[in-house]
Amino acid sequence: MLLSLLERIRQGYRTMPFPRTPPPLAERFRGRPVLEPGRCADGCRACLEACPVGAISVTADGPVIDQGLCLFCPSCSEACPQGAVAFSRDYRLAGRARTDLVLEPAQTPPRAEPLEKDLRRLFGRSLKLRQVSAGGCNACEADTNVLNTLAWDLGRFGIQFVASPRHADGLLVTGPVSDNMREALLATWEAVPAPKLVIACGACAIGGGPFRDLPAVHNGLEGIIPVDLFIPGCPPHPATIMDGLLRLLGRID
Amino acid sequence: MSGAKLIFTNPASVPLAELPLLTPDSFSQELYISMAEGWRVCSYFGHRQPGGPLRRYAVLAQDSQQQLAACCCELEGSFTSLAVLCPQVSLFEREICEQYGITAEGHPWLKPVRFPQGGVGLMDFYQVEGDQVHEVAVGPVHAGIIEPGHFRFQCHGEEVFHLEISLGYQHRGVEQALPAAAPGRALAMLEAVAGDSTIGHLWAHCLLREAVDGTVVSERASLLRGIALELERLANHAGDLGALAGDVGYLPTASFCGRIRGDFLNLTAELCGSRFGRGLLLPGGVRFDLDHAQAAGIQKRLLAAYRDLKGATDLLWQSASVINRFEGTGQLSLETAAALGLVGPAARACGVAVDARNRHPFGCYGLHALHAPTGQQGDVLARARQRSQECEQSAAWLADMLEQVPSGTVRETPALPQAGERLAVALVEGWRGEICHVAITDLQGAISRYKITDPSFHNWQGLAVALRGEQISDFPLCNKSFNLSYCGFDL
Repeated sequence: MLLSLLERIRQGYRTMPFPRTPPPLAERFRGRPVLEPGRCADGCRACLEACPVGAISVTADGPVIDQGLCLFCPSCSEACPQGAVAFSRDYRLAGRARTDLVLEPAQTPPRAEPLEKDLRRLFGRSLKLRQVSAGGCNACEADTNVLNTLAWDLGRFGIQFVASPRHADGLLVTGPVSDNMREALLATWEAVPAPKLVIACGACAIGGGPFRDLPAVHNGLEGIIPVDLFIPGCPPHPATIMDGLLRLLGRID
Repeated sequence: MSGAKLIFTNPASVPLAELPLLTPDSFSQELYISMAEGWRVCSYFGHRQPGGPLRRYAVLAQDSQQQLAACCCELEGSFTSLAVLCPQVSLFEREICEQYGITAEGHPWLKPVRFPQGGVGLMDFYQVEGDQVHEVAVGPVHAGIIEPGHFRFQCHGEEVFHLEISLGYQHRGVEQALPAAAPGRALAMLEAVAGDSTIGHLWAHCLLREAVDGTVVSERASLLRGIALELERLANHAGDLGALAGDVGYLPTASFCGRIRGDFLNLTAELCGSRFGRGLLLPGGVRFDLDHAQAAGIQKRLLAAYRDLKGATDLLWQSASVINRFEGTGQLSLETAAALGLVGPAARACGVAVDARNRHPFGCYGLHALHAPTGQQGDVLARARQRSQECEQSAAWLADMLEQVPSGTVRETPALPQAGERLAVALVEGWRGEICHVAITDLQGAISRYKITDPSFHNWQGLAVALRGEQISDFPLCNKSFNLSYCGFDL
């Protein structure tokens, strides 16, 4: 007992001040893409061709990136000879609508809006979520789990992950929805009492991620269950997930 | 009997024509004799080259002599199972039967592996009969933030007579998709085969590609890969030590380690921007270089995080109640571990000296050796101590290596694929154990079959056997002491 207290004193108080202050992010962290179509050479499609998952299209106005599909890998920025595609360190990526994730030139996508007033009254100070991994690779799961550690301490906002869908106000889903998990996912969703929320966490749950269009998966939650919050990334940084959850509850402006 | 199998070292790319093509009987005999001589099965799968006959291919390892070997035989209709004589081939045989719709005659346990045709979880579970015997079914969706799988316990009161594990829920069809995938897409899928082993799986793939194409990677790039792999090991072992503490209700270590795991992940993010090492490795080397100041910064933070990890885990060994819960729980003997073909820390904790870093050195480990210790008891305590010792070793190795990254380039342009049918094999020691990737190329040099064996494929049966005679309430503890991958198994 004494030893554990001494060790606690030695290790100190380690809960991050985030979201009061920005989270510590690595120098090379890749957040929201930055597009500078003015730099694009005529007819250049280097970024589109380099993207492993087809997240980029090139329009007359320049490249368009679907952050829902984007793996935030460095392929496009590396391939662009003009520096027209780069990654910023903006980790605030979550969106309420699927279309909010599509980043067009000279446009700042909206940050995730809070829930409607009546739902915020219900969930704003106590949100219990059931996590379902439906073909997830354990990276989204791990960086969701990390929010429960003392470093992030999600519980202080009244957000908790619970063991049963019957105790939950919503689901946080990871993975591209493997065909073999579809039925279990639907059963879990149906077991959550209404009104209920669904959060698609990670590129797989949003659009299939690296597994998009494989015959054994469903390209994420689209067409399977309605989604209230999309959190891009492969996997999303814990700060991205936490930011999304807190915005949904109207706890961050 | 070495004439009946082609011997090579890790990693390798050999002409397919040099592979001995045995009759089914001599193939079975070869596997049986090899295993009696101390070889173990790394990979074993079926494949039909374009226009050719269906064949079985086996890749074996002799750990004491740093040798790998392979042989093959034709496969039509059915084959005779070796599972009764050599339990470590059991799951491989089931996989071959499921993938090619054939039968292994005499297999005692011929059940589905991943249910690629649907009907997941629908199978005849082994049942113990008796008045007071009851069955407990858990999953696929579990109580925590973890992946799905189904566990079926046969219990007498609290005591588990038998545990059957039925997986396949995470099946995404990775192996099937890889041969036709564009190179960038293939890398993205391979990084997510098992997301907590991104570096391990991608390194195995890079070794394989580089062996096939004849690309030589610089020492600098190789060492940077090693640094990333050991950081991955530290992060996951730290997380497991915390979770083991949490499963016996010892909260100080559970709390500390949850945060310390993140400290190691953040160091990987310093290397490449991603906490899981996404985007770092690619055939030919690594994408990001590390300058002297960055290396020094990482070393400083590494030593601080390791100091915290040591402080947190020392508490475990000093707590009588923790030791009491860990000791003797989920015990496996050396003989059982060897017979089941277990790998990684779970095998080393039983005394099996298996570690690809020194038994089949790859990349930087030939030059900068790292010898993992082995334990003896094979219980939860041994698996916990094993992780703790491996952390100590990896931290010391990293601190040393971060001071001596050799100069040079970090990325070579991969050579063009060589035409001709080849078999390529690469082993990497991931944090869970041996990751084995095998590729077969066609006449044009394109990959026609890609076979991934995650360490979990070898080890799930070890968990099932470790549970026999234990209390069902100890399942979470035993499970965490193995911490196997569902998606790495399901592919």
